[in-house]
Amino acid sequence: MSLLEFENVTLKFGGLTAVDDLSFEVQEGEVFAIVGPNGAGKSTVFNLISRFYDPFVGSIRFDNHDLLQVKPSGVAAYGVARTFQNIELFEHATVLQNLLVGRHRHRRTNLISEILFTPSARRQELENREKVEQIIDFLDLQANRDKMISGLPYGVRKVVEVARALATDPKLLLLDEPASGLSVEETTDMRWWIDDIRRQMGITVLMVEHDMGLVSGVSDRVLAMADGAKLALGTPVEVQSHPAVIEAYLGKAS
Amino acid sequence: MRIIFKTNYMQDIRPWKDRHQLTLYLILPIVVAAAPWWLDDFYLGELTNVLIWAIAGLGLMVLTGHTGQVSLGHAAFLAFGCYANVVLIEAGVPFLIAFPLAGIMTGIAGVTVAIPALRLHGIYLAIFTMALSILMDDIIVLSEPITGGVSGKYIGGVEIFGHLVDRWGTPDQFFWLVLTVAVLVTLGYINLLRTPLGRSFIAARDSEVSAQAMGVDIARTKMISFALSCAVTGWAGALMGLFAGAFNNETFSVLISIQLLMMIVIGGLGSIHGAFLGAIVIGFLPQFLSISKEYVGALFGGNTVAIPGLEFGIFGMILIAFILFEPMGIYGRWLKIRTWFELFPFYRKDMFKRQKSYLKTERLR
Ligand SMILES: Nc1ncnc2c1ncn2[C@@H]1O[C@H](COP(=O)(O)OP(=O)(O)O)[C@@H](O)[C@H]1O
Ligand SMILES: [Mg+2]
Repeated sequence: MSLLEFENVTLKFGGLTAVDDLSFEVQEGEVFAIVGPNGAGKSTVFNLISRFYDPFVGSIRFDNHDLLQVKPSGVAAYGVARTFQNIELFEHATVLQNLLVGRHRHRRTNLISEILFTPSARRQELENREKVEQIIDFLDLQANRDKMISGLPYGVRKVVEVARALATDPKLLLLDEPASGLSVEETTDMRWWIDDIRRQMGITVLMVEHDMGLVSGVSDRVLAMADGAKLALGTPVEVQSHPAVIEAYLGKAS
Repeated sequence: MRIIFKTNYMQDIRPWKDRHQLTLYLILPIVVAAAPWWLDDFYLGELTNVLIWAIAGLGLMVLTGHTGQVSLGHAAFLAFGCYANVVLIEAGVPFLIAFPLAGIMTGIAGVTVAIPALRLHGIYLAIFTMALSILMDDIIVLSEPITGGVSGKYIGGVEIFGHLVDRWGTPDQFFWLVLTVAVLVTLGYINLLRTPLGRSFIAARDSEVSAQAMGVDIARTKMISFALSCAVTGWAGALMGLFAGAFNNETFSVLISIQLLMMIVIGGLGSIHGAFLGAIVIGFLPQFLSISKEYVGALFGGNTVAIPGLEFGIFGMILIAFILFEPMGIYGRWLKIRTWFELFPFYRKDMFKRQKSYLKTERLR
């Protein structure tokens, strides 16, 4: 069953066509990668899913819902979580607080019960904490739990962002360049984590990534984009050997 | 170095870290509540004033310190709460109903203001709210039938359970009234910060895009923050009115707005402690200045000199010094000193490095 469907989506910024008549489907349970040169429109695809932009034409469906009907803050409620290419964490909060914000979509309390810290608010906090602890264990963040984000090194921040997205308990996880700027060891860790996220947690992953080793290592299917349009779609091997992709990366031969 | 072993999630959810801290935070209010026995009436009045300012600071802290929305117009909400309280009491509403209602009405007024303010960020929001504060002066003058215009209003004291509580007649009881409000607001604030709503304020402050991606509705969150902030500020205003006894359109000038913002910056943005520490500075600065003026006067053998605007000028200088050297305020400095002792000799200078200011908000592009 397809979880996410893009159908003939086009988005323009002024004269620039950032996404050009793009159609693709992400199947439930797969790791789907989007590759392409800088400015190809990959992050814009993510921002469209997050509803930061309205497409000019086309439809975006998620899990049998029309995504275009919801506000940006409503996307998480359907079970979509994401990371950002230029890390967007809550800088002046601890790692734990950041992950707890991820639990926001499961909030059952209201203003009054929170200000009074009623037993139901307490119960909710304990439940949230338990979920968050599982993710902290999974991603090895124990040592950083109570540290402020503003004091953390880049590599750890990347992991915290993944953790925060996982804390929302998503069906679909969007990772925008999860390995960019990471060391070789950190990239290997990320590779295994993505594998486990899909296998153990049963979460579908849609990721943008430049590291072809990582892409062919974890993804089932790959979409190659250039100038907002689809170049090729298939298994990592198929896409890497596709003539249009080679041309886009290496420039026209002759 | 004190090491805390955590064996239970409640240890993080509870507002105190360990038994040490709990004892301290239980003793502190008791010692303060006993102030009428260890302070004379003059200093008890000063302490009452500090607490009222602290409540106002808590109100602004929710909005500016935790939600990142700078307001230079909170004197308008002080005024709103003050007038609402007195007008309700004059209409025959008992104080114990009028007072909470005054805060709620101010909260609703805050939401009305928040609707246009939601589109504004940083400096533009500051200018908008400042304009509001200036406008409030005219609104009070124009609505003379309700507010008494330039001649203002007067309130002698309030009746609580048939008992007259008055700043001059029963200063100790008025002090306890203020202390009760301060404690209740603080407890509510502590609870807010350990539950989803408070975290969504922080999320909206630090990154609007990712807050949205986590399911936080930014507009709604800011609106609730405005409402809570203004309600608390309204209560502070109501208490200020009772404390002053008489007030008119000039009591809550834009200078009060600026002073309030300076206060929480000096105290430390984004912390409950900051509101109290800032209020202590604001409250005792005039005393401190007049004492030091006497010293300076004595030193030069002359009489004490009167310099108009000195207080505000010194206050501004303190603010500039803080922004330059300690943007985390007094509370931030205290945290650093404490960490230095706790980690000795492992403290690193960059441990508290701030990367971005609170005033930034938009960062998608
Ligand atoms: N908010 C925006 N306003 C104008 N142009 C934009 C905006 N966001 C992205 N673009 C442009 O759209 C194109 C695709 O950008 P992006 O999706 O970020 O590329 P990438 O594939 O590297 O992630 C680029 O040319 C970029 O400059
Ligand atoms: Mg990108």
